Amino acid sequence: MTATTASALAAGLGPDGLSLKASLARAERRSRLVSFALVAPLLLFIVASFCIPLGFMLYRAIDNPEVAETLPATVAAMKGWTQGGVPDEPVFAALAADLIAAQKARTTGLVGKRVNYEIPGARSKFLKVGRELERAPAGGPWKPVFEKSDPQWTDPVFWSALKRIGQPMTAFYLLSAVDLRLDQTGALTRQVPDQAIFLDVLFRTLWISLLVTVSTLVLGYPIAHLLASLPPRHANLLMLLVLLPFTTSILVRTTAWVVLLQTNGVLNDVMVWLGLLDERIQLIYNRFGTVLAMTHIQLPFTVLPIYSVMKGISPAHMRAARSLGAGPVYAFTRVYMPQTLPGVGAGCLLTFILSLGYYITPALVGGPLDQMISYFVALYTNRELNWGQASALGAVLLAVTMVFYAIFNRLVGIDKVKLG
Amino acid sequence: MNRTDPFVEFSGVQKTYDGETLVVKNLNLEIARGEFLTLLGPSGSGKTTSLMMLAGFEAPTHGTITLDGRPLNRVPPEKRDIGMVFQNYALFPHMTVAENVAFPLRVRDVAGPAIFERVKRALDMVHLTSFTARRPGQLSGGQQQRVALARALVFEPKLVLMDEPLGALDKQLREHMQMEIRHIHERLGVTVVYVTHDQSEALTMSDRVAVFNEGAIQQVAPPDEIYERPSNSFVAQFIGENNRMTGTVEQREGGQCRVRLDDGTAILATAVEQATVGARSTLSIRPERVRIDPAPGAVANLFDATVEELIFHGDHLRVRVAFGGVSDFVVKVHNSDDRPSLAVGAPVRIGWRPDDCRALDAVG
Repeated sequence: MTATTASALAAGLGPDGLSLKASLARAERRSRLVSFALVAPLLLFIVASFCIPLGFMLYRAIDNPEVAETLPATVAAMKGWTQGGVPDEPVFAALAADLIAAQKARTTGLVGKRVNYEIPGARSKFLKVGRELERAPAGGPWKPVFEKSDPQWTDPVFWSALKRIGQPMTAFYLLSAVDLRLDQTGALTRQVPDQAIFLDVLFRTLWISLLVTVSTLVLGYPIAHLLASLPPRHANLLMLLVLLPFTTSILVRTTAWVVLLQTNGVLNDVMVWLGLLDERIQLIYNRFGTVLAMTHIQLPFTVLPIYSVMKGISPAHMRAARSLGAGPVYAFTRVYMPQTLPGVGAGCLLTFILSLGYYITPALVGGPLDQMISYFVALYTNRELNWGQASALGAVLLAVTMVFYAIFNRLVGIDKVKLG
Repeated sequence: MNRTDPFVEFSGVQKTYDGETLVVKNLNLEIARGEFLTLLGPSGSGKTTSLMMLAGFEAPTHGTITLDGRPLNRVPPEKRDIGMVFQNYALFPHMTVAENVAFPLRVRDVAGPAIFERVKRALDMVHLTSFTARRPGQLSGGQQQRVALARALVFEPKLVLMDEPLGALDKQLREHMQMEIRHIHERLGVTVVYVTHDQSEALTMSDRVAVFNEGAIQQVAPPDEIYERPSNSFVAQFIGENNRMTGTVEQREGGQCRVRLDDGTAILATAVEQATVGARSTLSIRPERVRIDPAPGAVANLFDATVEELIFHGDHLRVRVAFGGVSDFVVKVHNSDDRPSLAVGAPVRIGWRPDDCRALDAVG
């Protein structure tokens, strides 16, 4: 080696004068591009089918287009008006023009429905005044027409609410999803009691998920241990049985539970026949049925990560503990169990998070008080056609899931979790 | 308890897993207090099974094992007070080094300060005092093995079992650890039963070596005796290097016999029990015991041979020669300045004493 190359190397420079880092980057650029190209289809798929729809749905939770788009002149006219009274003729004129246009476009009901979320009864009043405006003499004055139609139109509280609802974005749905609302003065208060249901639903969702997670753990841990310690021939057969539920659809499995558990179902029949029961008991359309059916579906998700961690624990550890003086129970709890924690964490986290989103099973085998948050998302999407509320509930579920993930990460450490 | 009574005794121990073949056949073995005994044998010879039966992880299908006069058959492993070092260390990965070493003390409800003191002493002994807070995963193989050693010794068991403890280490580290284990044994005076398939490890470390093959002990003796006076051809073959020649015993006189090889060459050798007149026999001689150009009258066996191949090994030279009907006969020559000059194809005179050549049972 010549003196110059030696000094260049010492300075971190390659023979061509480029820094070693730069030549390394250049040498690896091609392979990096190739690997990126290989994952690009999947990346695009995830962006197009998951990230973008998710973003749209989240945006729906704060999007508030109905009033701003249907009553543009009114919203503009109210810009100059300060809250705390009833606006004057120009605002009424603008509202009249907007509503007459809305009548023609048949969108009055849409506005009425949106305002109705916050001021009950407002929808019919919009429809009524809409019809009256069409019959009123053109050119105004418009305020008397409104005054004559309903006292709502001269209520200062209504007008400040309308101004708020006219804004293009709203926190209404999100607040409502956690049983909060803004009152007429714009202050944050609790939702009125007969509409405050979502926190209950949220806690119920968490509680059912927790029950399911604990049940799968209690049932699954011994199975996983058995699977991990049996000789391969038997373990394979048992593994097949554990995986068997995956081969049937959730719907079929859930309906099977209906057949088994209903009051005139197989289980009740057998127990009455055996004389264990005098009266048939309610096993389904309640919390018991919900947790049972969900546990059945979730069991493999809890078992598999625990199994894969147990499989990696050397049997020599238990032997070592025994030879060092630990009885079987002590050795199991102090040496074996702590080593399975990463698998237990992974299995429980998986089951808990999957359980949070359950919809079909509680809907089929649960009672009215066992419906989870997804049921309400579906309800608002399909029946109420209130997509804002549906999206807000979805956003809350997403946020709760992420909070639990973060707590879990802090307690257990997600890097320690092993899924396989 | 008399000191001359065996500390550990296997009597009539058998083990079968499938009810058809015996993994251990009628094992009878006595181990003295403070002894370093090595069970040596190829894999599947029953040595590890024997160790596991002593540790309590396998139950003998027949026979009894006693420790310090107490039959062990119904004693679970944790009540045997036997320290054990495993092949892959079996350190608990979720505990620190100190917690690992403290484990047997905690199980025994030793008081906190005493635990600290004894863990420190045990780690001092294996020169790992500064590693207490680390996890096993952060240690090298050799360090992990020392921790396993400290853990097996910290509760002062009278008997320590080691199951191929150095198998996963590289050669240099292995040799170093051999000496260290040997010194710890001398210092503490514990009884050690050591399992290995590495014959040089067995020879360097042990007070006695038990050579296993096919579920039975072939020979139990101190290392030098195992090497110098193997009692059968398996031991001769398994331990060290060995030249084998097959023939028939022609004449026997006291401890000596004359064996006629199949090509007619007659060789004088030391006879073992099986070498009766007329029996087939395998002759065994170590390559380093064969002399090149021996002084006249020094050896009773003397042959004219041809050099077939020379292999240089640094400190010694291996010379493959042919004579009579024997072709793969190896002679080890020390690489000193007075070594004879040899060339491939050249004739050479070789010879050995009957004492160095043993007439063993016939194989193959």
